Amino acid sequence: MVERTPILNFVTHLVLFIGFMLAVAPFVIVAIAASHNLKEVNDVPMPLLPGGDFWANIKTAWITAGLGPKLLNSFIFAAGVAAGKVIISALTAFSIVYFRYPGRTLIFWLIFITLMLPLEVRIVPTYAVAANVLSPYQAILDVTGLSWLIEKISGVQVSLSLGLLNSYTGLILPLIATATGTFLYRQFFLTVPDELTEAARMDGAGALRFFIDILLPLSRTNMAALGTIMFLWAWNQYLWPLLVTTDPAHATAVTELKQLIPNVGGIPEWNIAMAGTLIVMLPPLVVVVAMQRWFVRGLIATEK
Amino acid sequence: MASITIRDVRKSYARSQVVHGVDLDIASGEFVVILGPSGCGKSTLLRMIAGLEEISGGEIAIDGTVVNRLEPRERGCAMVFQNYALYPHMSVAQNIGYSLKVAGVASAERTERIRAVARILELEPLLERKPAALSGGQRQRVAMGRAMIREPKVFLFDEPLSNLDAKLRVQMRSEIRKLHRRLNATSVFVTHDQVEAMTLADRLVVMNGGRVEQVGTPGEIYSRPASRFVATFVGAPAMNILEGVVALDGLSLLGGSRRLAISRAGLPVGTEVAAGIRPEAVRLVAPGTRGALDATVDLVEELGAGRVVYVDLDGASFSVVTSETVHPLPGTAVGLQFSQADMHFFSSETGARLDVFKASVPVPAL
Repeated sequence: MVERTPILNFVTHLVLFIGFMLAVAPFVIVAIAASHNLKEVNDVPMPLLPGGDFWANIKTAWITAGLGPKLLNSFIFAAGVAAGKVIISALTAFSIVYFRYPGRTLIFWLIFITLMLPLEVRIVPTYAVAANVLSPYQAILDVTGLSWLIEKISGVQVSLSLGLLNSYTGLILPLIATATGTFLYRQFFLTVPDELTEAARMDGAGALRFFIDILLPLSRTNMAALGTIMFLWAWNQYLWPLLVTTDPAHATAVTELKQLIPNVGGIPEWNIAMAGTLIVMLPPLVVVVAMQRWFVRGLIATEK
Repeated sequence: MASITIRDVRKSYARSQVVHGVDLDIASGEFVVILGPSGCGKSTLLRMIAGLEEISGGEIAIDGTVVNRLEPRERGCAMVFQNYALYPHMSVAQNIGYSLKVAGVASAERTERIRAVARILELEPLLERKPAALSGGQRQRVAMGRAMIREPKVFLFDEPLSNLDAKLRVQMRSEIRKLHRRLNATSVFVTHDQVEAMTLADRLVVMNGGRVEQVGTPGEIYSRPASRFVATFVGAPAMNILEGVVALDGLSLLGGSRRLAISRAGLPVGTEVAAGIRPEAVRLVAPGTRGALDATVDLVEELGAGRVVYVDLDGASFSVVTSETVHPLPGTAVGLQFSQADMHFFSSETGARLDVFKASVPVPAL
């Protein structure tokens, strides 16, 4: 549309600018706070111009919180969740969209229901399972009296145990099993023309071949979008990593930020805390910038 | 090369039956066109031959082997789809060669065969392009190449030209015909376009409502339609149909307002029939000419080479194709003259062709 409406132009730009300021202001304050020394950062009012201790603060934060290994943990965790999610979602959606089997609708709705049960709601049972993956089976054996029977016959006491606490598997697995990605893929697969499927069948490609050769390359943008979202989401997870990782060696960067936040009555080192926040913020930012082109295309448009 | 035998093939979905017992024999190397309006079951029949739809009843055999339970890839058919169905992320060469890749043909041989096919279809300069960068006609050729490279026993075409513009369609039509002459593979071509059907077919199968109405050469179908449906479906403009009743002295038309003096050849008086005459078989004469039907001109469509004149015959619309230099004006009176030999008669009840009225009087009289 070509219109000459200078006043409207001014107003729209003003709204845009206000929105931009609202979004970016907290980030600016964090960056400014991270650049002052202990005295300046606690001045009232807080200085609004950057100070000169930025790199010193970054260094202190890095060492105090041991961010090096924690960032690596976070990266493995977030990348693991993103990759697992992309693979599981693609497979489940493929099954739901392309195969007709008994109970398909039921399974579809079961997956759908998990949308209403986010991790926070089912965190206690999930923790119990993570603490011992085999506990549900143990419970079945106990309730049915099978473990009593086995003990009588063989004299072996059945006690199944496989713990996932303090491991990458324990961190990653429970976050993979949700439905959002499945739905994203399902919507995309439904837009793939049937003729393409049929052409592949005529060309002699079986189901798996079709999935790998045709569907996956076509859903590259979807994978990028889902991967990016899931990476960010997992990176920012706090509650689950805090529960599962009691051993600091497996802690993620986000949970470890807490080490930098001054305790009540402690030294108010907000400059260090802010510097640490900046460091932890950086990797997701890099991922978003790198994936942006794919990311947007995967969410809004279907390639023709 | 392979023959196809179709025996009492049926297809039903959950509630409705869409193909009602089709029998058809297709000889090796033949080009058969299945023609019918949309929803007549022609595409379903083709897809059952291909193996993309399950066969609910009956048998389909390719080269004597019953293929009902075989996967598409085991049937030796290749198919060209209406929307081309090219893989959008693959180059032209990859699209054409995909079936060979799946079959595990070595890369060197694959390249060789892709080149050979591309040469025939004049696709060589385009091999590295993606389908999105091709025109409609080029995409169509890639789709054909993809079918050709497998050297299939049977080619199946599912309305492959309907997405092309008129000029390209004519061009691709002759290319398909030439290709068939060159490869001489058994081909089944589904279309709703009668010009396409007439020009391409060795034999034409006209379908309606899930049944085969008539099988024959395009000439036979045009000159001796087996039913009222075939008569009005094949030929443009459509054949004129006048409802009538057999009377003692011939045929009483349009509720008794017109009469044709033709022999009734054994049909009981009072039988209701539909009399058909092709617009091309009617001559415009001066009104009041003996033996002609008088009518009023409604509308004239100029075609360049000739014109279609729509006339009003006591409320019934009737069309005449004329190449003469007469320019009848709307509202003027004309006479319609035709010979009984050009007329077709169908039972009003069943729509089946009636051959009882064979030539006795050469000219119908007023």
